[in-house]
Order: sequence, then C-alpha cells, then structure tokens
Amino acid sequence: MAFLEIRDVHKQFGETVVLKGINLEVELHQVVSLIGASGSGKSTLLRCINALETISRGVIRLDGDRVNGRGVDVDAVRREIGIVFQSFNLFPHMTVLQNITLAPRKVLGLGAEAAEARAIELLSRIGLKEKATEYPDRLSGGQQQRVAIVRALAMEPRLMLLDEITSALDPELVAEVLNIVRDLARDGMTMMLATHEMGFAKEVSSKVCFLHQGLIHEEGPPEQIFGDPREERTRAFVQRIIDAGRL
Amino acid sequence: MLVYRKAALAALLFPPTGVPSLWYSFKASRLAARGDTEDARIEGEKARDWAWYSVGIGIAFYAVLFGVWLLTTNGGSVRNVFFSHKVFRDWDAWHSILKGFLINVKVFLVAEVLVLVWALIVAIMRMLPGKACRPVRFLATVYVDVFRGVPSLLVIYIVGLGFSQANVPVVGGLSDQSYAIIALTFTYGAYVSEVYRAGIESVHWSQTAASRSLGLGYTQTLRYVVVPQAIRRSIPPLLNDFIGLQKDTALIGVLGMLEVLNRARFINNSKGTLAAYSMAAILFLAVTIPFTRWLDALIRRQQARTQAGQ
Repeated sequence: MAFLEIRDVHKQFGETVVLKGINLEVELHQVVSLIGASGSGKSTLLRCINALETISRGVIRLDGDRVNGRGVDVDAVRREIGIVFQSFNLFPHMTVLQNITLAPRKVLGLGAEAAEARAIELLSRIGLKEKATEYPDRLSGGQQQRVAIVRALAMEPRLMLLDEITSALDPELVAEVLNIVRDLARDGMTMMLATHEMGFAKEVSSKVCFLHQGLIHEEGPPEQIFGDPREERTRAFVQRIIDAGRL
Repeated sequence: MLVYRKAALAALLFPPTGVPSLWYSFKASRLAARGDTEDARIEGEKARDWAWYSVGIGIAFYAVLFGVWLLTTNGGSVRNVFFSHKVFRDWDAWHSILKGFLINVKVFLVAEVLVLVWALIVAIMRMLPGKACRPVRFLATVYVDVFRGVPSLLVIYIVGLGFSQANVPVVGGLSDQSYAIIALTFTYGAYVSEVYRAGIESVHWSQTAASRSLGLGYTQTLRYVVVPQAIRRSIPPLLNDFIGLQKDTALIGVLGMLEVLNRARFINNSKGTLAAYSMAAILFLAVTIPFTRWLDALIRRQQARTQAGQ
C-alpha cells in the first residue's frame, strides 16, 4: 500500500465539477508534481488532501488512515500534513518567531523555549535567523514564503503540500524559495507540488501528473512527461510551455 | 490667459487676502498684455492661491465673528445665560458638578469593559458555524435587532425602573448605578457586536485556512488568529461607539441618581442660569477629546509597527 493513496476522488462546488475521479499513489520520499492549466484542479486536489476542502466522493488515505469524510479528526490529519500557499498567508499580527511557534505550542503542546529553539534552528538553516523578531510586512515576498515553509516544517509533517508557492513572487525571488524545496527533497521529505515552474518540476520530481479538466490525463517520470508525452493534450501543453521559453 | 480676475474680485469679501489676490491678477494681465506669458501664468497662479486663502481664512473668520456677535448681543444675555461669571467662578458649583460627573465616569468605565467582553461573545455567537448552532445564532440576532432598535433612554427606563418594580429574579434588588450599567451594556453591546462582526468578517478566509492547516482547531483559530486581527481593525469604529456611550451616560439621570446632569440642573435652578450645563459640557469634552487623541496615537503606533516598509 502506498504512503498516500487517492482513490476516485470527486469534488464539486455547487454545479461546478472540479475533480472528476482522481486516482494517484505517492510513495514515501517521493516528490510528485501536478502540472496543468489554471482551473484544471491542481490546487483543489491539494486542499482536499489536508481536508481544507471536503470531497464529494472517493477515498484519501495517508499511511492507511482515511483523512477525509465523516468521523475523521481533521486537526489530527493536518498535524501530519503541512501546506504552503501561493499567497504565503503569514499571520500579520505576529512576528516571524510567533508565526512559527504558534502551532507547535498550541497544537503539539511544546514549551515556549523548546518551540523557539526549534524555530530559530529552522530559521538559521534558511538564513533568516536575524528576521525572527520582524513582522511579516517588513519581509520581501521570497522571505515571507520561506518563513511560511518553515512554519509548516515546524510541525514536523510527514507530507508537505506546496500550492504554487512561487507564483506570487517576483522572478528574482523564485530561486531562494525553490532552493529550500530542493533541500527538502534531498532530505527525503514526501511532497506534492502544484507548480508552473516546469524546469523545477522536471528536476526535482519522481513523478509528474498532468491534470486536465479534473482528471489526471497522464502521469509518469518527468523524462516521459516533458520529453516524450504519450497523450496529445500533454504534448500540446508541454509544447506551449516550451514556446513560452519556460522549460 | 488665466488671470483669475473674477476669483480675485470675489476674494475681496475678505480684504486682507482679497487685496493681494486682485493685485496679482492685475499684474498677470499686465504681463500677458506685454506678451510675457510664462511670468503672467506665475502671477495668475499667485492670484488664485490668494483667492483660496480668502475662502479658507474668510469662512473661519466670519464664523468666529458670528459666534462672538451671538455671545455679546442683547447686552451679553447669551453670555450671561450660558457662561455666567457668577456660576463659573463658584467653586462649590464646580465641585458639585464634578462629583456628579465622577458617577458618569464610573458608569462609563464599568459599562465599557462589560461591553467589550459581552459584544465579543454576542458577535461570536452570531458567527458560530453549522446547523447545530442555528438556535444560538437566532437568539443573538434577535438580541442585536431588539437593542439596536429601542432607544437607549427607553432601555434605561425599562431596566432601571422595571427590573426592581417587577422584582426580576437575580437582578431584582440592585442599585440604580448597576441598572444604568446593565442598560447601557445591553444597548451598546448590540452596536459593538456588529462592529466586531464586521471586523471578524474582514479577516480574509486564507488566514483561517493557514491556521487550520497547521492543526489549530476552530476555537484556537478564532482566539489566536482571527479575533486579534479583527479587534485591531475594529478600534476606530469601536472608539466611535465609546464616545457615544460616554455621552449617553448623561441619560442615566432619569433614574434619579445625583449624576452630572441632575446636579447641573439643581445649580441652574437655584442660580437662574444655564451655565452649569456648559460646565457639564466642558467636563465631558475634557474627557472625550484627550481620549480620542490618545487612541488615534495608539492606532498610528500599532500600524507603524506591523505595516512598515514597502
């Protein structure tokens, strides 16, 4: 059984069907990229995995345990699964340190000192230790997103979901964020990322899934998807990316 | 060529600035006639600037003049009624009014603290999610509708006189001051809960998503993420309601206690003026004006701390 198992997942917002039966398996230490046009369901799928959205049909299992549906303790699920958003979503009324230590203290019950020590340790690893007492608005977009990643990591999740985390950044700030993700992949973190950074997806992924209209249209190793796609739609999508000079 | 001749002539209604305006206007047309367009424009602009001074300074000047005329006309009768030397220099009168005013301050302070807490509870009750909490939401909505709809003076009568006369359980035998506090808390709690609710709704849902995704529960998310941001955003409108609350403490005199308005009325009756009302007004201003300035400064400091840079 795979570490993360997604079986026949459907999601509907009112009349709009966003996911039409997603099947996907993610093994431990794998990095899976979701690519596809806006509106193809990448973000919705990620948000369903940590129960930010309910699903209309199907099953999602993490390490054999259901994470979605009636009777599931969503807070317990989310402790295991970290998510980083496109728009950072740091808490503007808290300092960087408070942002990072809030959940470890209130959810894991860590003491203030232990939580801060861990936060400082993580911050120094990404070179932002001296920003610990700043408020988010004083940081650049890239710095904010790095803090958001650290905030999720402080919960020591077993799975990280990255939802277009560089899409809101100025081009020159993208690299500093991707470097952290690259390090995480190297350290064996299991990750799923929705992304438009095709070059990065090609480099870091063990598996790439091309989503089209709520379905996984094609999945395979990055060499296949970007080099020799089997499906016509995938080919057209990848060609558009190449034409735009983004691969 | 714009020489602002009409504006300058109108500005003469207030000569100290109107005369310079007209002077520059003439200068501008003289320069324009000579073909010196650029300098003419500069002088024309000066004429316009002085005309605007006429508007700004002139309106203020005549408004003050009108006030002075009101106070001094009829042999100073207005001044004698509202600002009588006799009463203003009577330290016993000041002492008495101040003593009454302290009751207002006390009622205000206690009610304010109660309103802050009570309104937050109501606001959260109105926003509880799910089908199960529907009756709670309904109750809270009815409460807000009723107490925003009934005038505060009526609430004070109903609570202050009714509760003790009907010997309502739990709150039957309280003092008039306590009834005044309860009545004002009910009324203003309804207003302030709406302020809180607007503040809570203004916190973007992505903040809730971020908090919940970290494993914090609904209550924890409210307490650590949503409510602190909501309260910060609610401070300016809250302040508005608190000035209203402070002024409405003048209504509690109807319950018969010796607060500022009743004491002022006694003094006025015995001295045959209305000057004690002016004194009471001055006391209210002495509290509300510094209070608003202090809170303005507080908000500015808060914003400078969290919203600097970029």
